[in-house]
Amino acid sequence: MAAPMGTPRARIPTGVKAGDVIEIRTLITHPMETGQRRDTAGATIPRDIIRSFVARFEGAEVFRMDLHTAVSANPYIAFPFRAERSGRFEFVWTNDAGETARLTAELRVG
Amino acid sequence: MLARRDLLAGAAALAASGSLAAAAGERLSEDALLRFAPLGQVTLLHLSDLHGQLLPAHLREAEINRGVGGARAEPPFLTGAAFRRWFGIAAGTPMAHAVSAEDFERLARSYGRMGGLDRIATLVAAIRADRPGRTLLLDGGDTWQGGWPALASRGAAIVAAMAPLAPEAMTGHWEFTYGAEQMRALIAAAEAAGTRFLAGNVQDREWNDDVFPALHLFERGGVAVAVIGQAFPYTPIANPARLIPDWTMGIQAEKLAERVAEARAAGAEVVVLLSHNGVALDRALARRIEGIDVILSGHTHDCTPAPLTVGRTLLVASGAHGKFLTRIDLAVAGGRVVEHRHALIPVFAEAIRPDAATAAAVAAARAPHAPLLDTVLAETETTLWRRGTLNGTWDDLICAALMAETGAEIALSPGFRWGTALPAASPITMEAVLEQTAITYPNVWRRSMTGEQIKALLEDVADNLFHPDPFYQQGGDMVRAGGLGFVLDPDAPKGRRIDALTLLASGAPLEAGRSYAVAGWAAVGEEVAGPPVWETVAAHLRRLGTVRIAPNAAIRLA
Amino acid sequence: MPITAHIGRRTALTAAGALAAAAVLPPAAPAATRTPTEVTIAKIVGNRAVNQGRIAIRLPAIAENGNAVPLTVAVESPMTAADHVKTVHIFADANPFAEVASFHFTPACGRAEASTRIRLGETQDVIAVAEMSDGSVYLARQEVKVTIGGCGG
Repeated sequence: MAAPMGTPRARIPTGVKAGDVIEIRTLITHPMETGQRRDTAGATIPRDIIRSFVARFEGAEVFRMDLHTAVSANPYIAFPFRAERSGRFEFVWTNDAGETARLTAELRVG
Repeated sequence: MLARRDLLAGAAALAASGSLAAAAGERLSEDALLRFAPLGQVTLLHLSDLHGQLLPAHLREAEINRGVGGARAEPPFLTGAAFRRWFGIAAGTPMAHAVSAEDFERLARSYGRMGGLDRIATLVAAIRADRPGRTLLLDGGDTWQGGWPALASRGAAIVAAMAPLAPEAMTGHWEFTYGAEQMRALIAAAEAAGTRFLAGNVQDREWNDDVFPALHLFERGGVAVAVIGQAFPYTPIANPARLIPDWTMGIQAEKLAERVAEARAAGAEVVVLLSHNGVALDRALARRIEGIDVILSGHTHDCTPAPLTVGRTLLVASGAHGKFLTRIDLAVAGGRVVEHRHALIPVFAEAIRPDAATAAAVAAARAPHAPLLDTVLAETETTLWRRGTLNGTWDDLICAALMAETGAEIALSPGFRWGTALPAASPITMEAVLEQTAITYPNVWRRSMTGEQIKALLEDVADNLFHPDPFYQQGGDMVRAGGLGFVLDPDAPKGRRIDALTLLASGAPLEAGRSYAVAGWAAVGEEVAGPPVWETVAAHLRRLGTVRIAPNAAIRLA
Repeated sequence: MPITAHIGRRTALTAAGALAAAAVLPPAAPAATRTPTEVTIAKIVGNRAVNQGRIAIRLPAIAENGNAVPLTVAVESPMTAADHVKTVHIFADANPFAEVASFHFTPACGRAEASTRIRLGETQDVIAVAEMSDGSVYLARQEVKVTIGGCGG
């Protein structure tokens, strides 16, 4: 059983002007189980990680990350984006089992 | 590298001022200590690492303060006569006593105790009165921890005692060991008294947001002065991270460089780094980051009788326990510092009138605890001190107590730099013991460790102190050991600095595979359940009655 | 040096700091004696030359907690359609599995910089390999110390 994907969150800067390169920050709760640990009975706890993160802006992919077991629990991912116009971000996290968590967030460029 | 000619010029300028001009044996007056020809628009006052030391005390400088590589031959890694000579201070003078351990017993008797928050308050008030609207008092942190009034009140008594001085800004290190919640309460109290807590290198572990303001822009003498706070970067490593579980720290040189740029962009004509990095790391940062005019450097308890210079940056340290107050006057023109004048003012308690408001605050902080603090536990026939790269006699006493009271073969005690000294033939009071031990994680532990684990621990600490790159140096001194002999080679590579490990009880080499009973205190990992170490030390002292400790010959430098 | 300067950024970092960004090339060991990391890097690099510079790996000199070590990697690049960073791979040599993460950038990023938090079991080098849009490859490494802690003055 894969762990629940948890709650995704994102922080998008405000007061952004056209041409600014801003930092988009995201977090999702997830144990990022490595498959290396054993439970109290000595059985191996199966690997269960978020293996990919994709960020799209108005439908177009702008940033992607492949995650391995050495990424910490509750992955924090921050990346830059050149803000030219207002629009909608979509973020998608995918785990080993192919399950996804999605979040959308608005960028307002003043 | 340091520009030696700058240093010598500084020393010469200093020699002409009051504090160095006094001859051997001469008593200083308050006027002489305050004598200073004002310069320019801005006066910075720096006080750091008070460690809750409200009363005047004897404070013995290190005999050995070992640096690594090229740093070994420069301040702050010079002691005694070498330190004096570098700064042009004559032997036997009041300033010589303040900056070195030479002839400590005799000069301590001659010149008396140093520090005392009420004396510092007098100096600060006099300088503020002389330089109204131009003065900034900046507190480098490690102010709210140390001694019993601080611990018993979880820092509140020291915040109250500092209120009459009202430093304009401070940063911190041991302040964090009261835990995040208490620290926020103390900061609120300090801010109510006019002190801003600044720390640009503390972020929350979730979003990486700043926990505290990084900088504040002050206007003094018509000049915009930015003060950037830098808390001790290794607090969550050197002290229990569980006390501040949601915060992360670190040196963060890039972020600091951005803050400097931000300050300049906001119109700062003077950029001051109020730092708890320690002198070696601050010097390394000054070499890497341009645009800082003055670094006020705390943590390592060093003092600089003249500023060290790195390019255009002045680096100043002001000792600890209230022993010194630094004054730097800055002349600013065209958006930059064009001239400076500096004095490291030694706070000779007998020469300075106590400030009444502060004296009352100090008395109020101590009064509830007087019966406990005044309890005499034993008498010492020999000097007790802590400061130095290797074991001081206070540490040897603590280690002996740990072994005697727990039955351990080996004791380990942290290489803290804070703690007062007791001259020979002094009573040892509970107050003195608490000045060496009062922390929020004081519990004694006893556990079995293999020789290999003991060696690994000593090597790990040695690498945190003697790593050739200052960015990896955490400050403090070598972990103190009892029941053990070894030779420490700071310049050796990692994992090979500790040699000739010997169990003193048997005289036999420490065996990697054998288990030893080890006692210690101040565990930074999980909480331990033993008694607070001051109880262990007090019990041991009561049993001893009289203390006589020769300097440790079993632990030495290669 | 624990922290490398980010060249071209609006910081006041000195040239000396910038020089520290020079990368150390992986040793040209025979294939049979290569570590898993070297084998993986060799697969990514193929027969391309490995260049030094341009990459800044920002990590604490000493980790507070090996379970969550903050990492930022930044690569100097104009990030235009014609000239940008495509991917930065992160490796931790002494971990059970060397691969940590790969960041895939587009010109829309405006800057080639990403942050995350990583697990490091012991003192080791973190290695970054950057693949550029023109096919060139850069490599940098940065040591992180994982300590027992204690005893700060």
